[in-house]
Amino acid sequence: MRRRIQQMRKRLLLGGVIATALGASMLGAQSTSTEDALADYRAMFGDDNPAALWIARGEDLWKEARGSRKVSLADTCDLGLGDGVIKGAYAHLPRYFADTAKVQDLESRLLTCMVKGQGMDEAPIVKNRFGDGDRKSDLEALSAYIIDASRGVAMDLPMTHAQERLAYESGKAIFFYRTGTHDFSCATCHSQSGKRIRLQELPNLSVAGADARDTYTVWPAYRVSQGEVRTMEWRIGDCFRQQRVPELVFGSQAAIDLTMFLAKNAEGGKMAAPGLKR
Amino acid sequence: MADPMRIRATLTGDTVEVKVLMSHPMETGLRKDADGKLVPAHYIDTVKASYNGKDVMTAEWGPAVSKNPFLAFRFKGGSKGEKVTVTWHDTAGDTRTDEAAIQ
Amino acid sequence: MRIWITTLLLSAMLPLVAVAADKARKDDRNAQAFAVMQASFVAKGQAGMDRLVQDKTQAACSLYAPGMPPDALAATLLEDNRNRVKYPADGNYLGDWKRGQAVAEEGRGKQSSDDPAEPSGGNCYACHQLDPQQIAYGTIGPSLYRYGKLRGNSEPVLKLAWGMLNDMKGYILCSAMPRFGGKDILTEQQLKDVMALLFDPDSPVNQ
Repeated sequence: MRRRIQQMRKRLLLGGVIATALGASMLGAQSTSTEDALADYRAMFGDDNPAALWIARGEDLWKEARGSRKVSLADTCDLGLGDGVIKGAYAHLPRYFADTAKVQDLESRLLTCMVKGQGMDEAPIVKNRFGDGDRKSDLEALSAYIIDASRGVAMDLPMTHAQERLAYESGKAIFFYRTGTHDFSCATCHSQSGKRIRLQELPNLSVAGADARDTYTVWPAYRVSQGEVRTMEWRIGDCFRQQRVPELVFGSQAAIDLTMFLAKNAEGGKMAAPGLKR
Repeated sequence: MADPMRIRATLTGDTVEVKVLMSHPMETGLRKDADGKLVPAHYIDTVKASYNGKDVMTAEWGPAVSKNPFLAFRFKGGSKGEKVTVTWHDTAGDTRTDEAAIQ
Repeated sequence: MRIWITTLLLSAMLPLVAVAADKARKDDRNAQAFAVMQASFVAKGQAGMDRLVQDKTQAACSLYAPGMPPDALAATLLEDNRNRVKYPADGNYLGDWKRGQAVAEEGRGKQSSDDPAEPSGGNCYACHQLDPQQIAYGTIGPSLYRYGKLRGNSEPVLKLAWGMLNDMKGYILCSAMPRFGGKDILTEQQLKDVMALLFDPDSPVNQ
C-alpha cells in the first residue's frame, strides 16, 4: 500500500503539472505562437474542459422551475426547434423568431425566454451577464449547456427570412466599418490569414472559409486566462473595446447582426464548443 | 456554497484513472480587483481521495494552482461500480466532498 | 440605323447606371452600419458616442473594403492627410529611444477601460518587429528591425518616417496603422521618442 501511494504521489505530480501547465508551456515555447502553447495545453486536458462546470450548472438552470411563473426553460423556451429542444439548436442561430418579430442570437433569445417566459427580472440577469469567480452568470452557464448540445452538428443558417438576410448585410457593414481614434474596424485585424497580433494568431473572419469555421465553432470557450466561460457576445464586446469604440449593449442589434455575419461565414463548420482558449 | 466537483473514474486493466474538476476561484492574494484593492487569498490547500474508506491520494496545494483546478491521478486495486470519494478543503475553511462510481 | 445608335447609347450608359447603383448600395452600407451601431452602443469612460462618426478617410476605406477607393478620391484624401502632418517646431525629430521603447510596448490608451489621465501607448509591437529581443511581436505590419541602420538618418528619410508615424493615411490611404499624430494618440515628445527607437544608432532596433 505504501509503495502504491508513493507511485500515486509521483503520478500526482503529473496532475499538478496539468493544473499549472499553461504558464509553464508559455514560458517554454517562446519562439512559437500562443496557439502552439495552447495546443500542448489542450492535449494535456484531453477531452476534459473546465467548461464542464458551467455545463452542469446550465443544465440545472435549464430544468429548474424559476421566475414569477415558476416554469422551467426546458418546458417553455423555444430556441428555434420547438419548446425545450436544445440538440442542434445553436447550429441554426441567429434566426428570426416570429413571437418577438426579431432576429435573435442565443444570448438575446435566452433573455427573452427568462424574462417573457419565466417572468424573471431582466436587470439583474443583464447586470450579471459576465461572471467573475464567485459571482456567477446564469447566461454563461445556460449558453455553455445549450451549445454543448450542438457538439458535432454543422452550422447551417438557411437565411430564408428577409430579416435574416438583412441582419447578415448589416453585420457585414459593421465588420468593415472603420471609426474611432485608431481608424479600426473588425476587418483591420480579421481580414487576412496567417497574421499575428503580438503572439496571438488572427483568424480571417471577413469571408466564409476554414478560419471562420474553426473560430466560430469553438465559442463560447473557457478562457484559461480568466478562468471563466465566455460567450460570443463577450468576445465581440471585448473586440469593440480594443477597437476604441463605446460599449456594446448586451443583446443589441449590432451584437446580433455581427454574430449573424460570423455564423454564416462559419457555415458547414461542426460545432466543437465550449472550447478552450487563451 | 461551492459547486459540485466533476469526477470521472475509469478502470483500465488493473488501474483506475480518476479525473477531477473543481470549481474554485483559487485567489492567490496578489490579484487586484477593478478598484485596485487586493483580493484576499482564497485557495484549496488540501485534496484527499479515498476508496473503500482508505486514502488513496493526498495533496497539499498552494496558490500557484490555477482557478477551477483539474486533477488527474491513478491508483491500483479498484473495481467497477465501487465509489471514489474526493474532498477538498480551502483556506477559508470551506470544504466540499463528492463521489463517483468507477466505470 | 437609328435603332442601332439608340442601342449603342443605351449600352454605353449601362456601366454608368451600374456604377451609380453600386455606389448607392455602398453608401447605404456605411449608413446602415452607423444607424445600427448608434442604437447598440453606450458611451463608456473616455469612449464617447462621437467615436462612431466616421471622417472622410474612414468612410472611404470602409465603403470600398475589402477593395480600395477609386483613384481620384484616394488621391484627394491622401493629400488631405499628408497636409495635416505637423512637423516638430524645433526641427528636431529624435528623442530618447529608451522612452520610445516604453511607448512601443504600451498597449493601453483611448480604450473605454483606460484611465484618460494616463498617456496612451503606441503598441507598435502589436503589429511590428522592432527590438529583436522582444519576441512577442505581431505581423500585421512589416518588420522594422534595423530601420535606421538600413536607411541612414538624412533629413528626407527622417521627414518621411515622421510623416508616416504621424499620419500613415497620408502615405497608404487604407493602412491598418493608426494616425498617431493626426488623431492625437501620441504627443509630439512621444513621437520623437519612437523616432529615436527607429533611428538612434544605440537603439536595440539598429544592433
